[in-house]
Amino acid sequence: MSIDLKTIKHISKLSRISVDEKKAEKLAGDLNSIFDFIEKLNELKTDNVKPLTSVAETTLKLRPDEVKSKNIREEIVKNSPEDNEDYFVVPKVIE
Amino acid sequence: MSDITKQSLTELVENIKDKKLSSTEVTKAFIDRSEKSKELNAYITEDFTSASDKAKKFDQKPNLDLKLPGIPMAVKDLFCTKDVKTTAGSKILNDFVPTYESTVTENIWNEGAILLGKLNCDEFAMGSSNETSFFGNVQNPIDKNLVPGGSSGGSASAVAGQLTPITIGTDTGGSIRQPASFTGTVGLKPTYGSCSRYGIVAFASSLDQAGPMAQNVKDCALLQEVISTYDSKDSTSIDFKRNHYSKELTNNIKGKKIGIPKEYRVDGMPKEIEDLWQKGIQYVKDCGAETIDISLPHTSYALPTYYIVAPAEASSNLARYDGVKYGFRAKGENLIDMYEKTRSEGFGAEVQRRIMIGTYVLSSGYYDAYYLKAQKVRKLIKNDFDEAYKKVDAILTPSTPSSAFKIGEKTNDPVSMYLNDIFTVPVNLAGLPGISIPAGHDSKGYPLGLQIIGKAFDEQNILNIAYAMEEKIDFKNKITDWWIK
Repeated sequence: MSIDLKTIKHISKLSRISVDEKKAEKLAGDLNSIFDFIEKLNELKTDNVKPLTSVAETTLKLRPDEVKSKNIREEIVKNSPEDNEDYFVVPKVIE
Repeated sequence: MSDITKQSLTELVENIKDKKLSSTEVTKAFIDRSEKSKELNAYITEDFTSASDKAKKFDQKPNLDLKLPGIPMAVKDLFCTKDVKTTAGSKILNDFVPTYESTVTENIWNEGAILLGKLNCDEFAMGSSNETSFFGNVQNPIDKNLVPGGSSGGSASAVAGQLTPITIGTDTGGSIRQPASFTGTVGLKPTYGSCSRYGIVAFASSLDQAGPMAQNVKDCALLQEVISTYDSKDSTSIDFKRNHYSKELTNNIKGKKIGIPKEYRVDGMPKEIEDLWQKGIQYVKDCGAETIDISLPHTSYALPTYYIVAPAEASSNLARYDGVKYGFRAKGENLIDMYEKTRSEGFGAEVQRRIMIGTYVLSSGYYDAYYLKAQKVRKLIKNDFDEAYKKVDAILTPSTPSSAFKIGEKTNDPVSMYLNDIFTVPVNLAGLPGISIPAGHDSKGYPLGLQIIGKAFDEQNILNIAYAMEEKIDFKNKITDWWIK
């Protein structure tokens, strides 16, 4: 299997990371060598194996649905690159 | 008292409790040595002024009943610390100042310890050499231009170089045990669910665990006792009876059955590692334990499985860095353009590579072939351990397939870098505890580690085995202070 530049562009779009031609070529090379290595898994027959989703053999605990954090609006926007008092500011999305 | 920084954590705690040393003296000693050790680049953020103030405050009204009374400590910069910058080694979090504290660090401060600063690490803990950090390479105190391992490279360097008496790292595929092995220190990756993940910058949530990195096993046991608590703020935190690991520590391991897995004898492994392993087998036998040959047949599938599961989880976890709520933002022509430029400029090459892998294996048409397949193989790997633990109490392996390598040696070949974690990754996939202890040197004089893997929640047992072996090995780290002018 080979990951071509078209696929790289597609993944780049899905992951919201812009790539130019040069970077795309480098990534294609890297990803192909990593996937060559990953292909080893196909040696194993796993049709009847149940997938492991969590090693923690525990069920989620239930808790009362209560508000625990109060009045933290200021803290929430404190680290935003751009805010307008209570709001996060983003580039205009509606024309 | 001279040579404060050469003392172990346990000695420092005793000396403070016996009033032979004050927190101010101890804190000053570590700050002074850290100031002289800038060349190691172990710190991302220093918090020395505040640490001195806290030490003075502690001495005015010392609470000597605490487990870490007035002990200064630097921590990996992956733990959120309230009001102290937390970067995860990334440009994208360069200005991030958390408004809350991680549970693990809160537990440490509650026992009287004082934050010295935040330690360098691979970006988002993705790396095995600390070379992916936005804040530059970290030097290994063992030798100039040698990597300290990763991702907890700054932590390992700081403990080995005596810039902090002890520290905490995080381990997703070996990020505590591999750097411990490279720097001649002790590193414990606890059972998944033992230490809370709340407030730790997330990498791969089903694998990430915090753990202690120390100069010796007893110090490691003491810190593990402090950081391991049940936490309702982490839905995968497990409520089990935790030991007083340091109090219950014993070197009596007579009759313990220790498994030696033949699959860890990998192709191309240097003879020095094989010899070290044989020596380790002899040591545990000398301690009265019995070794049994076992098989973990799916070992060679662990790394390929990891390089699907971890990037998949990372691609999802790192979706939050969009330049809106916190972190770096690049200018863009519109919202999508802003997202794409922010992530392209804010993340380093390795992080982008892993997000891309993760996005690909989760994308429509490939999910079953990659992600689901990896989850199934992960089950087989866990089954191997379950089967082995019917016969043995713990498993002994080398920690890494080689000693530390030079800075720049493996940066152009991601797969060869990934192979560093070949012995540590299976432990994360199965959620088990593992400890690396220094066990010898290679021909270059670089340290080599052995790993003891335990049953889930059986930290006490592997700490005991490590403690007994440590006594037999009598390892001396060769630190020449080459970086101090």
